[in-house]
Order: sequence, then C-alpha cells, then structure tokens
Amino acid sequence: MNIQIRNIYKIFGKKPEAQLAKVKDGMGKDDLLDATGHTLGLDNISLDIEAGQIFVIMGLSGSGKSTLIRHFNRLIEPTDGHILVDGNDVMAMNPQQLEDFRRHKISMVFQRFGLFPHKTVLENTAYGLQIQGLGPAERDKKANYWLEQVGLKGFEQQHPHQLSGGMQQRVGLARALTTDPEILLMDEAFSALDPLIRREMQDQLLELQKSLNKTIVFITHDLDEALRLGDKIAILRDGKLVQTGSPEEILLSPADDYVQAFIQDVNRARVLTAGHVLQPAKLTVTLKSQPAQVLELIRSNGADYACVLDGRHLKGLITQLDAQRACQEQADGLHDYLSAVHTVHCDTELEQVLPELLTRHGGPIAVTDNDGQFEGWVCREKLIALVA
Amino acid sequence: MFPEFFSTRELRKTIDGSVDWLVTEYADSFEALTQPFLTLLIWLEQLLRGAPWWSVILVIAGLSFAASRNWLMSAGMATLLFFIGALGLWDQGMQTLALMLVATGLSVTIGIPIGILMASYDRFRKVMLPLLDVMQTMPSFVYLIPVVMLFGLGKVPAIFATIIYAVPPLIRLTDLGIRLVDPDVLEASRAFGANRRQQMLGVQLPLALPNIMAGINQTTMMALAMVVVASMIGARGLGQEVLIGINRLEVGRGLLAGLAIVALAILFDRVTQSLGQRLSAGQKDAS
Repeated sequence: MNIQIRNIYKIFGKKPEAQLAKVKDGMGKDDLLDATGHTLGLDNISLDIEAGQIFVIMGLSGSGKSTLIRHFNRLIEPTDGHILVDGNDVMAMNPQQLEDFRRHKISMVFQRFGLFPHKTVLENTAYGLQIQGLGPAERDKKANYWLEQVGLKGFEQQHPHQLSGGMQQRVGLARALTTDPEILLMDEAFSALDPLIRREMQDQLLELQKSLNKTIVFITHDLDEALRLGDKIAILRDGKLVQTGSPEEILLSPADDYVQAFIQDVNRARVLTAGHVLQPAKLTVTLKSQPAQVLELIRSNGADYACVLDGRHLKGLITQLDAQRACQEQADGLHDYLSAVHTVHCDTELEQVLPELLTRHGGPIAVTDNDGQFEGWVCREKLIALVA
Repeated sequence: MFPEFFSTRELRKTIDGSVDWLVTEYADSFEALTQPFLTLLIWLEQLLRGAPWWSVILVIAGLSFAASRNWLMSAGMATLLFFIGALGLWDQGMQTLALMLVATGLSVTIGIPIGILMASYDRFRKVMLPLLDVMQTMPSFVYLIPVVMLFGLGKVPAIFATIIYAVPPLIRLTDLGIRLVDPDVLEASRAFGANRRQQMLGVQLPLALPNIMAGINQTTMMALAMVVVASMIGARGLGQEVLIGINRLEVGRGLLAGLAIVALAILFDRVTQSLGQRLSAGQKDAS
C-alpha cells in the first residue's frame, strides 16, 4: 500500500485551528510560541511513500518525527492536512472505520515496546487478533508462527518483564506482524536496544522484509540505522522536512548545513557502494584488436594497460609489456596475452572494496553490473575522497 | 461579634423542615427500596450464625487459601476466627462479619464504576473530588441523624453510614490506578484498534488492579472502624459489645470486643492484601 501525506500541519496548544492561518502565512516555530503560546509540531509535511518501501523518517529529538508517525494511524490528529493510504483518506474515516483500519491494515512497534505487562508473550503477540475478535485457537496458531519467525519459540508463556530488551522488542515486532498488516509503523523501534542487539534486529527486519514486502515507516535518530534500512530517507528538523531522498542522495548531496552536519560522522564505507566510485574505462579494445594498434594506443595515452572487452563483458586487461610481446610474436589477437582482473559487483559496500584495493598494490578493480557487464574501474581518488 | 449576613436560625429551620418533609413523604418508599439489602444482610447473618462454628472457620480458611495459596496464612486466619469464638463473642462476631461483607460488597459495586467514570471523564472527576472530601471528613453523626430518620433504627442505616464512610478510598484508588496505567501501553492497545471497552477491560482495569485491591483493602478497614458507630444506630454485633462496655464502664467487656474487632480487621486485611498481590503478580513494569 502506498501512503501519501499531504500538507500536514500540527499545532499544539489550546486553540490550534485559530493559529493555522498564521502558520500557513509563514510564521515560524519560535514566533508562534512567543506570540500565541502554541507549539508548532509539524509544518507543512508532504511525503510520498511507495508500497513495499522501507521509508525512514529521521530527525533529532524534538524534530517532530514521533508526532509525524502517529499521524499515519491517527493516534494524533493533524490540525490540517490529508493522509491517503492507497488513495483513501484516513482523515475522512469515522471512529468505526478508523478502528477497522488499525485492526487490519496498519500496526505499530514502539520505542519503549508498549507490551502488556499482565499478558504472557503469546497473549501479547495475539493481542491484535484478539481485538479483531478471532477465536483463541486461530490466534494462538498465528501468534506462535510469528514468535517462531522472530526467534522466540519456547518463551510463549513468559511475561514481558522476564525477557531482555531485545527479546521484548521481538515480541513487539511479532505482535505487529501477527495481524498481517500492509503497513508497519516503527517508532524508534530499535533505539532502546544496545548496539549489538540493534544491529541484529536491523538484519532481522531486512531479512523479514525480503519475503514480506510490507510498507514500512521507520523512525530513527540514528543516521547509520537510517542508511542501513532505508530505501528512502526523509530528514525532519523542527517540524519541517529538510530533505527527502535515497541514502546516496542524502550522503552525496546534502540539502543544507543541517544535513551536512548530520552526515559528517557517518561511516560512508558502509553505505556507499562500488557503483558510487565508478570511473569509466579510458582505453577499451576488443579481443580481435591487432596487438600493434593496441600497443600504439596504450603508448600514445601514456597508460600502462587497456581493458579487453568481448561485447560488454570484461575479458581481462592487457598491459603494455604483454602488448609488446604480442607484437613481437606477431600474434593474431590478444587471447593469449590477457591478465586476469579482480572484479566486484556494483552493490559491493566500499568497506569490502577498500581491503581489495589495498592488497592489490594499485592494480585495477573492475566493477560489473547485475548482468555481469563491465561498467568501469574503481576510482581510487573518488573512493578516498568519499571515505576520508 | 461577626456580623450576621443571613439568619442561620432560619437556615437551620429550613433544613430541618425539608428533612421532616422528606421523612413524612418518602420514608416508607425509602424503606421499601432498601428492603433487598436488608433481606440479603439478614440472610447472610442467619447463615453465618446458624452454621456450625467449625464449618465457618473451614470456609474462611479455604477462602484465604484460595486468595493466598499459602497454608500457613490460611491456618493463621482460622486461628483468628477461633480466637473470636474463644473470647465468647462468636455470635456478635458473625453479625459484624455479615454487616462487613454486605457493606464491602456494596462499596465495591458502587466504588469501582464511579472510579472508572472519574478516570474517564475529567469533569465528573472535578465534581466528585470535593464530594469525596466531604464524605471522608464530615463527622458521621451528622448524616447518621437524617439516615436514621429516613430508614429507622437498625441494620440498613448502619450499612449506609458504613458505605458513605468507607467507599471514598476505593473510588480514589480506582481512579488513580487507571490514571497511572503506562500511557505507552494504552497507546499500543489503541494502535491495534481497541475500542474504549476493550481498552478499559483488557488493559486499564487489569493494570489498575493492584491499586483497586489496595482500595478494597482500605475500604474493609474503614468499614470495620465504623462498627462501633454503627452499633449506636442499632446494628448489633461486636460494636454493640464495645458500646455496652462504655455505657456500663465495663473495661473488660469493651477490651475483649475491641480485640475481636482487631482480629476481624487482621483477617480482612491479610486476605484482601494477599489476593491483591497474587492477582498483580507477574505484571511488573514492562520496560
């Protein structure tokens, strides 16, 4: 299900509607607070979230991200604006329809877990189905299935307080998945966990998402997490949308100083891939090229080697020395004079490209696309500039 | 001299007059209205007094075991009842026990719904809070007089006086308990589409249970404290023994009856407390 957020405003205070016009005329957060005592929570937010995407909303505390995610299922009512889920306006729903929407279409995982302390793990997991009015046999079956999926088999009869934080959040995740919603809201779901467990949970979420293909809205203040999980990232500051884009777009072309400051400490080697440091090949020859021409080409360009293609596939490379040898032996083609080239896929993280580059003493590394076709070389200068 | 703004004499007369009017016009219907409670109380009293003493002790021991799952405590409760009997106050003890049970039962039926309403509606809460203050601080004799005039001497006004005095802590603690429920947990239940009823019955009340049980415990304790006052308007039982002791300056009689009341109080306290603890076991904070 795709979600469209259209011009959402949220003003906190005694008479929010009365202040709406001022905000729409451009009054800022601080001015509004001084003039009227109202707090501007969200300022004209519009987002497009595609079905099956993990959409990360990022911001520091107080940026309004937790407020925003609660608008998706109307736990918080906007002062103005529309929320469209598959074209249906959530704002137009009556209480009955809204309950129905929450029961079947959308579910939520909370920062502080929000588990029911008086219910067992199994009862917690089955809660959504219980609210739907499903019988005990059926809901336990589904709950058991999801508990197994998140790796909590055997803990069904425990109470939440008997579990560690990571395990509690797994229950939270299982509870959210048990109703088989099409949209999953995750409000800083992993922020309360320690780094090791957090990483583990992120992996698990990505793994689950491969087969589930839900629309996931994920809130975080941790950029590393955002970059790891997000297909798309929106950055929020003081209730305003600063930038929306893919992780690479955010990293490579930050919209302003705020985003720039944000991404300063990011481990880019973990986010960017070989595709980002691509350098097109200068000299390309084919297998059937004449050695003499190849030698001349290399010499005239002052290069050490040229890459040898067969169609769009890289066969290897030919160095100046080998070309010379081929000339002397009067070979008919380059077949027997090729050196092998190390290749990486364009989605390989730079973190893994780096050691290759270092151990190969400056030897070139080729980058191939999904079909195995040659795209170019890893550019050392670009890589160093990005990672350093 | 403080200046007189209006005639308090007139005011008093007006109040007296309206109570008189109420009594002459409606006393019969009030009595008829309360008949079911009286019937219930008399039935319970006769049941307790009519049953062999050991069977009552056995039942109480069984109930306290059901509440606490602890044989030792159950045996202790049986000993307390035996102690009341040994003091020669079995009959009076059973009368008081019956009154207590009915008053507590009615307090729970009235108190918990009012507490829920207070937690749900802020405006209702604003009205109720001062009313609860009045109920807890107004000397009970002040409302005993009109209550007696309306219902006549005997058990019914005793029940009413006891409830008025004893129900406020239960109302307050029910309200408080529901308000103290972790907002995160409540939000989670809303996010899954729970309606008001499902939120209240499935999340708020179960999580407020420790506080509600504490409220019931307080209510029983305060109801016991009213036993002597209730005896002044004709409720028989241990309170009456104390009253007789006071009237005749028989310290021994008063002391023994007083000890029996204490024994009953310990009994009620321990049973309701351990029930509360057991019901709230396994629901420590989730975070």
